[in-house]
Amino acid sequence: MSQFAINLLFVGASFALYIGIAIWARAGSTKDFYVAGGGVHPITNGMATAADWMSAASFISMAGLLASGGYANSTFLMGWTGGYVILAMLLAPYLRKFGKFTVPDFIGDRFYSNTARLVAVICLVVASVTYVIGQMTGAGVAFSRFLEVSNTWGIWIAAFIVFLYAVFGGMKGITYTQVAQYVVLIIAYTIPAVFIALELTGNPIPMFGMFSTHTESGVPLLTKLDEVVNALGFRDYTADVDNKLNMVLFTMSLMVGTAGLPHVIIRFFTVPKVADARWSAGWALVFIALLYLTAPAVGSMARLNLLTTVYPDMAGQVENYDEAIDNPILYEERPEWVRTWEETGLITYTDLNNDGRIQVYNDASDDFADTAEAQGWEGSELDVNNDILVLANPEIANLPPWVIGLIAAGGIAAALSTAAGLLLAISSAISHDLIKTMINPKISEKGEMLAARISMGGAILLATYLGLNPPGFAAQTVALAFGIAGASLFPVLMMGIFSKRVNNKGAVAGMLSGLLATLLYIFTYLGWFFVPGTEMLANTQENWILGISPLSFGAVGAMINFAVAFAVSSVTEEPPQEIQDLVESVRYPKGAGTALDH
Amino acid sequence: MAEDTSNADAYWKANKRLIGGCLAVWALVSYGFAILLRPLLAGIPVGGTDLGFWFAQQGSILTFICIIFFYAWKMNRLDKKFGLGE
Repeated sequence: MSQFAINLLFVGASFALYIGIAIWARAGSTKDFYVAGGGVHPITNGMATAADWMSAASFISMAGLLASGGYANSTFLMGWTGGYVILAMLLAPYLRKFGKFTVPDFIGDRFYSNTARLVAVICLVVASVTYVIGQMTGAGVAFSRFLEVSNTWGIWIAAFIVFLYAVFGGMKGITYTQVAQYVVLIIAYTIPAVFIALELTGNPIPMFGMFSTHTESGVPLLTKLDEVVNALGFRDYTADVDNKLNMVLFTMSLMVGTAGLPHVIIRFFTVPKVADARWSAGWALVFIALLYLTAPAVGSMARLNLLTTVYPDMAGQVENYDEAIDNPILYEERPEWVRTWEETGLITYTDLNNDGRIQVYNDASDDFADTAEAQGWEGSELDVNNDILVLANPEIANLPPWVIGLIAAGGIAAALSTAAGLLLAISSAISHDLIKTMINPKISEKGEMLAARISMGGAILLATYLGLNPPGFAAQTVALAFGIAGASLFPVLMMGIFSKRVNNKGAVAGMLSGLLATLLYIFTYLGWFFVPGTEMLANTQENWILGISPLSFGAVGAMINFAVAFAVSSVTEEPPQEIQDLVESVRYPKGAGTALDH
Repeated sequence: MAEDTSNADAYWKANKRLIGGCLAVWALVSYGFAILLRPLLAGIPVGGTDLGFWFAQQGSILTFICIIFFYAWKMNRLDKKFGLGE
């Protein structure tokens, strides 16, 4: 059977499973559509949250960013897990106690203002659509490779499938489908990682293998990797970063974004009790950690594998690295996986010095320029898109074809599950918060469901269009979405629970200033609405204010949000007594059981 | 009613104290050991690199899990102790 047929078989079988579950659990009432009837066990909910959470960014893109950035990109690992700690302690239990369907519901009620509700809907839609762009980028990469079509076609196919299944499923379908997706994606991620760890270190557990000895050379794997990248003019893989301020802010943006993203928060409305919301967050992180602890091993091992494939002399014990770089492989003898990925356009080779060999090195390094000149090299010749790394991993390590099929199914599951969860959050914000609560309270259930489906369709079209020219790799686009959610929604949610003093005017001013400041900073460097060519300053470290990258600005936006909200609240009137009582009541779990049936 | 209020206040204060403690550990392992204090930990070798690197890519995540379960366990006991659980 050809690889193409095997991929189709695995992807097809996993789809049949998800669709089967979605039909079996098809949403009946609007409440089922949004929150699965409020009766999901914490472990089940944790697993579904993990699938919801781990998107194309985590599955497809993150290991590639770790591989290229090394230690500096640990921010993704800490940011996307550390957010659960603040979610579990500062938001989840109280929002569950409050017991409504959506995030704008809470903000609108707590800040007794339809303006606040509207602004929350806007923040939610902007953050979620940005996030879906990242998913489309990732899913496009996966589909283009496995269906052997161009990247653009891959994105359109992904859009069509996401639409079908988010529209017909609703939350209840999605909860159980997502449990199935979690199982598929974690198996798909782990199996190749285990094989590769065994191959390189003899240790079957990737998170331990990464810190043990590299079998072929006899030195610790990370030391070996440092030596190899160093020999090619790159910074050490484990090298410390100079710009610590940016690293701290980036990690913080991802953390507050995690706690501010509506599709994750909505998950905690579906557990039976407040205590379960706390446990759910813990279980979600356990299931997430299974992938996140493996990802750095995948990244480091893939980088080493890739470089020793190009420079076979570097694989074993090396006395002198200056000689080991002399013989990169001939282009004619390149491995099969390079050929297959070249067809997608995500790997490109240009023989700059016409010697028929593949040279990969850091051509931006001044220190390495002399060595490169002495070698007769005229630039790095292989351009590998970061986002293909995990998908290509089984091929790089010569694993059997069924593993490749499995990883195809896993990558697509990751992208689909998150995109579906986000679309649900977008559609409920528009149909429930905007139309039902604010514009037409008399709308029928049928009309509300129709509006939900139309808004899902609109969001997918917009995200797909922008996904054709994404503002970065999947994980970077997603990081922008976190910055936006962290700067706009997280602070008001937290203040809504922990402060009785912050009022409607403070919340609206806070959200708007956090959102606008963050968007302004991002658009300045990445183009207005991410349209290429409209950026006002080049996106380089010299141009950034205080060295803060657009990806990290969410943390600053959040601080602005807090500061403005407190300042405005302190010069305006106190919230009315019934609102202060409401805040009081969300702080205690007692009486939460009935809150959901409103 | 007055007693109820003071009970609820004590519960909320205890919760905030617990959150403060947990957040201190959370910040120490991530922003501390993994980023800002990494140079100080550079002398402690772990599998071919240093302890700060291990915290950045493994240790912080493991600590986060422990924090959440610890908090959930403690809060469930507080809920019972103050009679404010479900």
